[in-house]
Amino acid sequence: MAEQTSKKEKTPRQSMPEQKPEIRRRNFDEVPLGYDAETAIREASRCLQCKKPSCVSGCPVEVDIPGFIQLIVEKNFKGAIRKIWEKNSLPAVCGRVCPQEIQCEGECIVGKKDAPVAIGNLERFVADQERLHGSGELPKTQSPTGKKVAVVGSGPSGLTVAGDLLLKGHDVTILEAFHKPGGVLVYGIPEFRLPKEIVASEIAFMEKFGLKVECNTVVGSTVSLDELFEQGYDAVFVGVGAGLPSFLNVPGENLIGIYSANEYLTRANLMKGYLYPQYDTPIIKGKNVVVFGAGNVAMDSARTAMRLGADRVRIVYRRSKAEMPARAAEIHHAEEEGIEFYLLTAPVRFIGDEKGRLIQMEGLKMELGEPDASGRRRPVPIKGSEFILDCDLAVVAVGAGANPLLTKSDPDIHLNKWGYIVADPDTGKTTKKGVWAGGDIVTGSATVILAMGAGRKSANSIHNYLTWGW
Amino acid sequence: MFKIVKREEMAGATVILNEIEAPKIAAKAKPGQFVIIKANETGERIPLTISDIDKDKGTITIIYMVVGKSTALFKTLQVGDAYQDVIGPLGKPTHIEKVGTVVCVGGGTGIAVLYPITRGFKKAGNKVISIIGARNKDLLILEDKMRAVSDELHVCTDDGSYGRKGFVTDALKDVLKSSPVHMAVAIGPVPMMKFVSVVTREFNVKTLVSLNPIMIDGTGMCGGCRVTVDGKTQFACVDGPEFDGHQVDFDGLIKRLRAYEEDERKAYDEFCRIRAAQ
Repeated sequence: MAEQTSKKEKTPRQSMPEQKPEIRRRNFDEVPLGYDAETAIREASRCLQCKKPSCVSGCPVEVDIPGFIQLIVEKNFKGAIRKIWEKNSLPAVCGRVCPQEIQCEGECIVGKKDAPVAIGNLERFVADQERLHGSGELPKTQSPTGKKVAVVGSGPSGLTVAGDLLLKGHDVTILEAFHKPGGVLVYGIPEFRLPKEIVASEIAFMEKFGLKVECNTVVGSTVSLDELFEQGYDAVFVGVGAGLPSFLNVPGENLIGIYSANEYLTRANLMKGYLYPQYDTPIIKGKNVVVFGAGNVAMDSARTAMRLGADRVRIVYRRSKAEMPARAAEIHHAEEEGIEFYLLTAPVRFIGDEKGRLIQMEGLKMELGEPDASGRRRPVPIKGSEFILDCDLAVVAVGAGANPLLTKSDPDIHLNKWGYIVADPDTGKTTKKGVWAGGDIVTGSATVILAMGAGRKSANSIHNYLTWGW
Repeated sequence: MFKIVKREEMAGATVILNEIEAPKIAAKAKPGQFVIIKANETGERIPLTISDIDKDKGTITIIYMVVGKSTALFKTLQVGDAYQDVIGPLGKPTHIEKVGTVVCVGGGTGIAVLYPITRGFKKAGNKVISIIGARNKDLLILEDKMRAVSDELHVCTDDGSYGRKGFVTDALKDVLKSSPVHMAVAIGPVPMMKFVSVVTREFNVKTLVSLNPIMIDGTGMCGGCRVTVDGKTQFACVDGPEFDGHQVDFDGLIKRLRAYEEDERKAYDEFCRIRAAQ
């Protein structure tokens, strides 16, 4: 038993036990193992319970962070999860995938002098407690309003809208194009970072208090937005994600062995290619793997390739380490697992054999020049620095664009010059009456929690509309 | 779940027809579009072009050749059984209009996909000359249906066991020499589409081909189905599945279709071994 600690005797930030890198780099089990109750309470006791908590303003969905942490200190885990649910319907997910270091934890006062309170770890702890040992007691929903809402897409923004509107008494149906709900949480984020069982359980929980889910429904093709209104829906939220992979546009990119990250991760995660041949979808297992890009998706791809048996996995990124957009924890985990970083390096072309299979890539070294429009120093090629690298699998994780399938199907939905939906930043309202949009199809590729923040604003606006009118 | 209401075996049980209850898809589907089908929880997502649509009954018909584990698994499903997932309609429909004389060329199971398109061109008031082929008489499918929607029908078999001996391209050359043709549609094995396109290019006849590369989502999200058309990368699922045959890099497509050749063969052999032991 830990000794009683007063706030003056400093308790260090409690680390979360993890699978050892040399073991986990070859399995798909979750990497961090979670806090036990004792550790969680000890960590919770580090919170200063600020009167004006800046952590809350760092949270896109404004969870009452000191509130739920205090309940952990009081060992009231049931109360703590219900406190989070007031603002966040996916805590088990957010505790695992939010970039806390630039949000809540980045604002934490304790973090000014010391390591910040591990808010994400605590959120995960109470969500897991509820899922594994909870009462199953459902949150209170308001009496039925008789209003029907269609939510297009079942990723983070759609699930947030659905959760919020269910609690307000509306009749919500999610329409999902894939055969399983969860969007990027199931096709994109790997099992070792977010076990699929957790996503399934969060959705099953919402189904218990009224959510309906229709899979295999491609809105824009199987059914149009106008037909949804004809079917009796009063409002529609569009949260379909970005959904159009970007490629490098260098010669040889259509060789066998070059995947978009979307395809690679979908094969591995949604289709369970990592369990092939137990599951039927094959996936190319490279020995020498290169991954282009340095965001979370690139880290997920690189770490997946390592788990599928690669000898070497290299992240190729044209800028320097400081510009890498991935969450700090992901970069750290990737490094620990032996992923190599080829920074200031750009691809020139891919080289294949007579069967059209990738065998090599040509790269080019870069140096940082003057700042560009984004304020980051522009990478400039170093003349004569070309080199050849052997590789049998390449994954392109350099971002995504706006998928036009739904957006082009309805001219009333106005798009910006990049094809993203024009929506009011405060309400999520689109240019079509009764239709809201949020998440990556509005902002371009961002994070789970930002999509949830957009979902929250839209849900509030939809509720106002259903109560008072457009 | 998507129930099978009718099942037929064709071409010596190497080709299977399934009529499937899918009212939402049937209400929207047009000739040339495809669906993605998954048999069960562990199954693959397989794209198949729709070969018939019955809006009143709310059904679609697919016709597939048994070539690997997934199609062998589909073949085990009987009337009353169901596919776990059917997604669609996907892809752009065929642009059907009156152009004059249209030659429709089909090979193998491609004839199943060609049929609703042929019917569409006929209904639109075109003179339709169809050429269908198979390796031998037993493997030829849908002859009567194709005859019913064509002004002329030419049948070819590679071995001469039925109709004209030779490839569909031989019959096509004769047709193109003898009468003015305004457009061609070719659907079948990739090499057939490639050589039909070579022939029609000589005669300067615009040619539509329908491509069926490996894909996952079918909505433009994964890019697995990318093909080179006129030197540019296109996604067959959303930019196609039909393209100008004179612009398609067929050799690139043939290579990409073999991406999982070894895995596919192993999986099929294993499936056959297990079924045989049962």
